[in-house]
Amino acid sequence: MLAYIIRRVLQSILVLFVVGLVAFAMFRFVGDPVDNMLGQERTQADIERLREQLGLDQPFVVQYWRFLEQAAQGNFGLSYRQGRPVSEILLERLPATLELAFVSGLMALLGGIALGIFTAIRRSGISANIIMTASLIGVSLPTFLIGILLIYVFSVELGWLPSFGRGEVTRIGGWTTGFLTESGLKALILPAITLGLYQMTLIMRLVRTEMLEVLRMDYIRFARARGIREKSINFRHALKNTLVPVITITGLQLGSIIAFAIITETVFQWPGVGLLFINAIQFVDIPVMAAYLMLISVMFVGINLIVDMLYFAIDPRLRVDRTAGGH
Amino acid sequence: MTEKTPVLSVRNLVVEIPTRHGILRPVDNVSYDIHAGEILGVVGESGAGKSMTGNAVVGLLDRPARITSGEILLSGQHIHTLKGEALRRLRGKMMGMIFQDPLTSLNPLLTVGDQLTETIQEHLKVGQTEARNRAIAALEEVGIPAARSRIDSYPHEFSGGMRQRVVIALALCAEPDLVIADEPTTALDVSVQAQIVALLKRLCREKGVAVMLVTHDMGVIAEAADRVAVMYAGRLAELGPVREVLTAAHHPYTAGLMASTPLASQGKERLRQIPGAMPRLGNLPDGCAFHPRCDYAQDRCRANPGPTLDTCDGRAACWFPLNTKQKDEVSA
Ligand SMILES: Nc1ncnc2c1ncn2[C@@H]1O[C@H](COP(=O)(O)OP(=O)(O)OP(=O)(O)O)[C@@H](O)[C@H]1O
Ligand code: SF4
Ligand SMILES: [Mg+2]
Repeated sequence: MLAYIIRRVLQSILVLFVVGLVAFAMFRFVGDPVDNMLGQERTQADIERLREQLGLDQPFVVQYWRFLEQAAQGNFGLSYRQGRPVSEILLERLPATLELAFVSGLMALLGGIALGIFTAIRRSGISANIIMTASLIGVSLPTFLIGILLIYVFSVELGWLPSFGRGEVTRIGGWTTGFLTESGLKALILPAITLGLYQMTLIMRLVRTEMLEVLRMDYIRFARARGIREKSINFRHALKNTLVPVITITGLQLGSIIAFAIITETVFQWPGVGLLFINAIQFVDIPVMAAYLMLISVMFVGINLIVDMLYFAIDPRLRVDRTAGGH
Repeated sequence: MTEKTPVLSVRNLVVEIPTRHGILRPVDNVSYDIHAGEILGVVGESGAGKSMTGNAVVGLLDRPARITSGEILLSGQHIHTLKGEALRRLRGKMMGMIFQDPLTSLNPLLTVGDQLTETIQEHLKVGQTEARNRAIAALEEVGIPAARSRIDSYPHEFSGGMRQRVVIALALCAEPDLVIADEPTTALDVSVQAQIVALLKRLCREKGVAVMLVTHDMGVIAEAADRVAVMYAGRLAELGPVREVLTAAHHPYTAGLMASTPLASQGKERLRQIPGAMPRLGNLPDGCAFHPRCDYAQDRCRANPGPTLDTCDGRAACWFPLNTKQKDEVSA
């Protein structure tokens, strides 16, 4: 098992190196950073000096290494647009995105698992079929359309919920939270649904398929033949086995929530890193874009690792070290 | 023995499956008894309806298959009319079931102890510690060494043969009167098959359990069964004491089965397959379902109604049973 974990960690690091290369390439080849940083009035000497200062006269590999070194310390330089350290800007925006992702991820996970179990157990029931049909719509509607529809119904027509922004936030240390005020919570609802709906339907359909599969297994049949009650069969014998394969994919889904947040944040003008990224693209603010890319990939890779560990925790067959034979 | 109420009594059982091409009868008018401490072997080609019969008894038929007529009595009580919760309470407590593949019969994510104690506590009013002690005893009974230390192991930590022992312990832990073992040795190594059969036989005798032992293996039948039921195309072809059926089969199909299995008693005789294949359920011939493959078939065999145990000699569903010379002479 230890060998496996080490291998996974090494793989993760490799992935980060590759993403780092892409981010670095953006710096290097999308526009000239020197052009970007010096205004119209510049002399050749200015350019040379800055080149040296930035290490742009060094060989590619050295530059890349230095970039990684800096990135690992959270140092992505100054934003072209705001002139402030990128890390500072990102940290400011991160709580908004993380809170949104957390709420919609939780909603997707709990809702998806609950609905998946329900539709599997009541396979031929009317309500299960209605949910399944509705979920098809949920999967096929694009995120921004869902967001706009929700805004139209709940903000424009009914006027119950705000259509943009984060509402009132409370500052706790370096963190800003919308959880503590009524307007903050209200503002979370529509974006969270928009962001989580797609993942929820995916998880639901996945849980349903897996659960139906598991319910056909011999050990379920054998449990029935021993007179184990349905409740235990569904929630003890079947659910655990259902969750093993579900966890991997679900974990990846939750990772992609943070990436998908770009669209939702744009629709709702949610002041998170996604919106920051979109604005950065408009202004070709390369340091911000690169930093965002690195941040997202670190999260992805981190979530992946955690998911793998969970896998071990749930499935005892993986916990033993295989000494003999293949795998 | 016959005066006592049998543990299991199946009377004219019919199982039907409605399909687009008509109604199939995977179990057609089957009757048999099993007494306490007795093993009834059930043999027949694949698709003969052996599993379907067993599943019907424990009420675990997969839809759309269903019992359409006949009776099933467990220690004299009708159980074919029971549904849902009432039937569930009987399963495990009154009747246990053992499946073919021990690798897939056990829940991989629950320890052996969890699965045992849950079953025990479902049916017997005992506390956690008592259930655990009983679980350990059940494992010891089926010959798991060091049961006390192995009870918290997961199924994958046992070998195939040991897993089938665990399955048997699970089927028997709530002390049922009837056990249906559906090909309990088919998926096992040849070397452990005999051990599992011997174990079933021992438990049957010691605990006085009635056992229905479904198998393809005539050797297993010869070794373990007291009586044997031969099924063909959903019907009983022959039913009788194992020694008599194996040494002097009345039904030509039984004789054919015997000739195609390498049994020690048959010595050096060459193996002979029965020509042709069992007809599909939707396409059964008139009269005796076996007649297209039967060497002894005559006109009467092709006419309806076909032979049944009741309308023939009570042992074989055949108008022209084999090996009955002596009887004929006696009765003549
Ligand atoms: N859903 C179904 N639709 C149509 N026919 C079915 C269905 N389920 C089972 N059958 C048929 O019912 C018959 C009885 O099957 P059963 O499993 O009892 O056979 P078996 O004697 O146990 O065979 P095996 O030795 O292969 O286990 C088979 O011919 C099978 O094709
Ligand atoms: S009834 Fe006729 S066809 Fe059927 S087994 Fe007997 S002899 Fe053969
Ligand atoms: Mg079968």
